[in-house]
Amino acid sequence: MLSGNLLWVLSGTMLLGIAAGITGTFSFLQKQSLVGDAAAHAALPGIALAFLLTGQKELPILMLGAGITSALSVYCIQWIVSFSKLKADAAIGLVLTVFFGIGIVFLTVVNRSPLGNQSGLNSFIFGKAATITKADLLWLFISAIIIIVVSLLFYKEWKLLIFDPVYAKGIGLPIEALKATLTVLIVMTIVTGIQAVGVILMSALLIIPTASARLWTNKLSSMLILSAAIGGIAGMAGTFISAIRTGLSTGPIIVLVAAGIFFISYFISPTGQIRKYYRKRQFRKQGDVG
Amino acid sequence: MIEFWVIVTGLLVGMTCGIAGVFLILRKMSMIADAISHTVLFGIVMAYILTQTLNGFWMLVGAAFAGILTAYLVQLLHSSGIQEDAAIGVVFTSLFAAGVLLITLFAGNVHLDVEHVLMGEIAFVPWNQWSLLGISMPKAVWMLLFVLMINVTFLVLFFKEMKLTTFDPVYAASIGLPIVFLHYAFMTSISFTTVAAFDSVGAILVVAMLIGPAATSYLMSKTIKQMFVYSMLFGALAAIIGYYLAKLWDTSIAGMMATTVGLLFMIVFIGQKIIERRRKFLVHKFEIE
Repeated sequence: MLSGNLLWVLSGTMLLGIAAGITGTFSFLQKQSLVGDAAAHAALPGIALAFLLTGQKELPILMLGAGITSALSVYCIQWIVSFSKLKADAAIGLVLTVFFGIGIVFLTVVNRSPLGNQSGLNSFIFGKAATITKADLLWLFISAIIIIVVSLLFYKEWKLLIFDPVYAKGIGLPIEALKATLTVLIVMTIVTGIQAVGVILMSALLIIPTASARLWTNKLSSMLILSAAIGGIAGMAGTFISAIRTGLSTGPIIVLVAAGIFFISYFISPTGQIRKYYRKRQFRKQGDVG
Repeated sequence: MIEFWVIVTGLLVGMTCGIAGVFLILRKMSMIADAISHTVLFGIVMAYILTQTLNGFWMLVGAAFAGILTAYLVQLLHSSGIQEDAAIGVVFTSLFAAGVLLITLFAGNVHLDVEHVLMGEIAFVPWNQWSLLGISMPKAVWMLLFVLMINVTFLVLFFKEMKLTTFDPVYAASIGLPIVFLHYAFMTSISFTTVAAFDSVGAILVVAMLIGPAATSYLMSKTIKQMFVYSMLFGALAAIIGYYLAKLWDTSIAGMMATTVGLLFMIVFIGQKIIERRRKFLVHKFEIE
């Protein structure tokens, strides 16, 4: 049952979950969770275009293409917000759908080209963790570890950037460069995960573990650890469940495991609904007595 | 005749979405519409599992249910202290994942494949005909006409109320307008719009049509009425140009329509910047002289 290959895939998706949990926390705290969603959708045209231009299905090339269009989408959103009267939500929605539309246009071109049928690019929309090859996994490992290490290195700077940008600027931190590295890292997380869970569900891995962790704690350090742990567990458990029964796609199950953890946290965490309910009742009782 | 129906469908998608999009942009709810466009899948699959048919009516019911559920869950999470963007993200990704999973489990062999839901296939629209009162038109056209009528009726009935709750919710509440009812009614109309359009242009690209034309017209209009007119025009324009570009290069029609939406936005966005700069320049010159 627990074959060697499965073990590798399991640790791959676990690392991916950890990386997404960490970068997701930073984007969550900047109130940019949905920007990650847009960037994930915007990876599609990059993947298709990279394939069209080079004719190769090498993961590094596809990842490079995905990274470029994802980053471009983030900048487009920032441009629209700063240079027009449109609000962030409209800018994000517009960029998300237009990039995805362009991606589908390129994808139909790819599918009609002679290389198309074997390209398997369609699987990037939903991800195929179960059929990942050893070479793909190697890339997943390397980039997940880079993401984790870099976020730990920049921990202090990013913390300052998020909670006290004025002070950060005052002590001479390169704000713009720090923001850019954070964007690059988020894009890198998305691009890394696309192969496993697909374009659409990748945003879930960035958002759900962090939102769950936020329910348990107010402290950044513990939030990062918790979010990473939840992401890792969701990645591993989801992959494991989908490996038990063939025909289940991995991406949705990973997301549903994460959603389950969120659901539980929503009710039983210290700020959760059950605690809230009892506190309310206690207040009411005291009110009656007093 | 085939091309005629495809273009009519595209036009109807553009106009229906154009109308629905205006208040979406003004109420800063674009991303909730995006969320609904994903979760509609869940509603449709549930409708299929429960009724075992791909009947358009039950699909609308399922979609409306999913839309209201999404709006309600987002509201619930947001009001219990979770950041709005995260609340939206959690709700729609989970319901979408559930929808995809349910399809692979229960509806694998049906026409409901996920790619179809996402990308739609407007080129197939003319082959699925429905007859009513002796008139035979494609099913998609019937559904879009129906939803367009709902959207127009909603607008005619509640224009003032929607305007007031959008721009001055506190005042609207104080004079006793049913804010909550309007919110959910509006979300229902968005779900209807999504499901009527999704068969032809796909769930995700509906959002391009919902947000794009309205956002473009928002850049250049001074009144809401103006915004409605421009938004419908841009929607229709994007549909027609997109269709012919797709035909020209033989690619995905829905994808090309979304691309055209982006193109139109870019032209207006950049054009406006150029006009602005030119005006500033002229004013500057005038002052010097």
